[in-house]
Amino acid sequence: MNQMRRILSARRLSPSIKPPPCFLHRRPFSTSETDASSELLSSPHQNIQTHEDGASDKSRSTKTTSLKEHELAKFSAIADTWWHSEGPFKPLHLMNPTRLAFIRSTLCRHFSKDPSSARPFEGLRLIDVGCGGGLLSEPLARMGATVTGIDAVDKNVKIARLHADMDPMTSKIEYHCTTAERLVDEGRTFDAVLALEVIEHVANPAEFCKSLSALTIPNGATILSTINRSMRAYASAIVAAEYILQWLPKGTHQWSSFLTPEELTMILRGASVDVKEMAGFVYNPITGRWLLSDDISVNFIAYGTKRE
Amino acid sequence: MNRVLARQLKTNVCGSKHIFQRAWSTHVTRKVSSTAGSNESNANSTGDSPQHDIAIVGGGMVGIALAASLASKPLTKHLNVAIIDNNPLLGRKNIIEKGHLPDPRVSTVTPATISFLKDIGAWKYIEEQRHAYFDKMQVWDYTGLGYTRYNAKDVDQDILGCVVENKVLQSSQLSCVQESDLQKTIYPARLNSMDMLPSSSLTGLGEVPSTADLFMRGRLAKLELSDGNNVYAKLVVGADGSKSRVRELAGIKTTGWNYSQNAIICTVEHTVENFTAWQRFLPNGPIALLPVGDKFSNIVWTMDPTEASDRRSMSEDDFIKAVNDALDYGYGPHPEITSSGGSSLSWLTGDVNISAKERFETPPKVVKLSSERMMFPLSLRHAKDYVSNRVALVGDSAHTVHPLAGQGVNLGFADASALSRAIAEGIALGTDIGEANLLKRYEAERKPANIAMMAVLDGIQKMYAVNFGPLNAFRAAAFHGAHYISPLKKRIISYASGEQSLPLFS
Repeated sequence: MNQMRRILSARRLSPSIKPPPCFLHRRPFSTSETDASSELLSSPHQNIQTHEDGASDKSRSTKTTSLKEHELAKFSAIADTWWHSEGPFKPLHLMNPTRLAFIRSTLCRHFSKDPSSARPFEGLRLIDVGCGGGLLSEPLARMGATVTGIDAVDKNVKIARLHADMDPMTSKIEYHCTTAERLVDEGRTFDAVLALEVIEHVANPAEFCKSLSALTIPNGATILSTINRSMRAYASAIVAAEYILQWLPKGTHQWSSFLTPEELTMILRGASVDVKEMAGFVYNPITGRWLLSDDISVNFIAYGTKRE
Repeated sequence: MNRVLARQLKTNVCGSKHIFQRAWSTHVTRKVSSTAGSNESNANSTGDSPQHDIAIVGGGMVGIALAASLASKPLTKHLNVAIIDNNPLLGRKNIIEKGHLPDPRVSTVTPATISFLKDIGAWKYIEEQRHAYFDKMQVWDYTGLGYTRYNAKDVDQDILGCVVENKVLQSSQLSCVQESDLQKTIYPARLNSMDMLPSSSLTGLGEVPSTADLFMRGRLAKLELSDGNNVYAKLVVGADGSKSRVRELAGIKTTGWNYSQNAIICTVEHTVENFTAWQRFLPNGPIALLPVGDKFSNIVWTMDPTEASDRRSMSEDDFIKAVNDALDYGYGPHPEITSSGGSSLSWLTGDVNISAKERFETPPKVVKLSSERMMFPLSLRHAKDYVSNRVALVGDSAHTVHPLAGQGVNLGFADASALSRAIAEGIALGTDIGEANLLKRYEAERKPANIAMMAVLDGIQKMYAVNFGPLNAFRAAAFHGAHYISPLKKRIISYASGEQSLPLFS
């Protein structure tokens, strides 16, 4: 709701500024759950949206020098909270190592890389679709991969860029404010495509999967994670996470847009990706940690390979 | 750059060629990485302050154990480690001449620690030096109401532990580090001050931020050393002992109290070899006699501070008499050797309890004092947090315990092992190693185990501090119970051996 008001007010105040085209493809709210929580922060920062240049210029997001100084200062303030491990994005920070463990083990096996090496993904081109602030892209870069991160929300891409520049090991990540479809049109391909916690926010999952598949080279790997459409997921991911524990802002997820593992497998098969492995994430409230398990009734992650 | 070179040359004056070659190779890699402009974390632009992944403050047994453990793991052996310790002996090889008298500073390493040392490849060096395995232990007190004997065969093991000099432990692990691929730099200086800023964003920086920039943005910690150098690192590890400077600078509070006891340690000689560890609880504190090999034993005698200074300054002959007295008939009678006591409790004994059938023995007589008598005050101290922003504490800086069960340094080795495992997991998942979540995992693993052990040791210390009828009887019952009840004895041995990290629930 806030979002729509903002877009309308943008049109009213500065008619020359068009809302970024990336908004037109997607539903009003963003393509990653973390974006939704960043919308909470965006209400005091509404001015940023109205003053921002509408064009989702690729070069703009990768170079910090072309950004205006006062905007940089505002982005810096937000960026700190995004990456603050005890801040509003704490649940995602907690889940990150578990997701990375699954990704590391499946991709090492897929590309026959040595799992005991500190940089097993050296030479691999990965894309993180819906990268948010870069929580996933940075560890992947530290593991040696050549990472491209895309997100439909320009603010997130800016945040990701600022944070990645802080460490020489992650400063080579490419961030763009764009969509998977646009990249397909440009003919980009990657060894492995990752879209974690994205597909539940997408208008047309089947088309989205086709784009992901088109971005993957033949015999490449595709990894998606999402939330299962089950009663348990309704209780945990929506009622518990949004209303009781308030980990996420209300309305982040729509239960009806969750996919069951079977549906996801079918959609991916239709997009020439065969799902090879699936695992679930389970939260242990006592230790406060997420664990990989066979339980795919709430959060689950799937790894598939693209047919030739 | 030149200063670093000079420092390396200084530490190598007494060292062997081997270390000198290592130092050069360390240098070479740094130069190559900076000219290649690679993405490696140790890319060190010339003229910039040295930047390391981990700075270990304190090059004692536990600090070097951490370095050796990192060096032995494939995921972490490429890291760049700085060791800050102003001990001039650090880095010199062969500081122990063969055939010399055993140093009084020894430690008992438990089987769990022995397997850790084997994993890092240090045990083979320890076996080349003097070391003493023991497979039997006897514990009794001055009341003569009971005793307990432990035998390694109770738990189907060959040994209960091994006694090794601290110097040997330190130098063996250092040899492992020297021979490994780990990039290490030894800074012979003290830590003056330490600084780390909260994380914040970079704005308007060039392609490769300098070390100072990264520090200003909270990505590195800055350490100022006493010789004027500044060292930058992603993670600072405080392995600098119970009066830890790192802990003080990080603002980590401690709880604890001083035991009003001092310990005297010295090396003594017997006429026969000793294969048993002996401990007798006296009214003012326990006296322990530990074999160190070749007919030598180590004495750790805990007592009042006034008694301690008396015993330290008395003549050698008087001291030897006092020691023999304390181990024998002084303060109280021997426990009665009751073979009938065994049969009344035999329904509890079970089949496998070899040591229950062993009789009480008197320890071997001390004939000569072979070293100076060293004295240390004893205290209990525990850090409220083991980790803080870009800081982790291991060993005595996190926890100081009473020596009555020989556990202190074993807890430290377990800390070093757990921290290096946490760092390896972090590297595997591409995390920044100074990140709080990673360090908290190490804390969550070690803190409960350390606190449990401290509680047990403190409880034992307090139980023996009072001479009170019913309490004496309770202690006697405890002796008998531990001696005759097999499951209890097995559990005690297993906990003291480090196989179990928590006394109750594992």
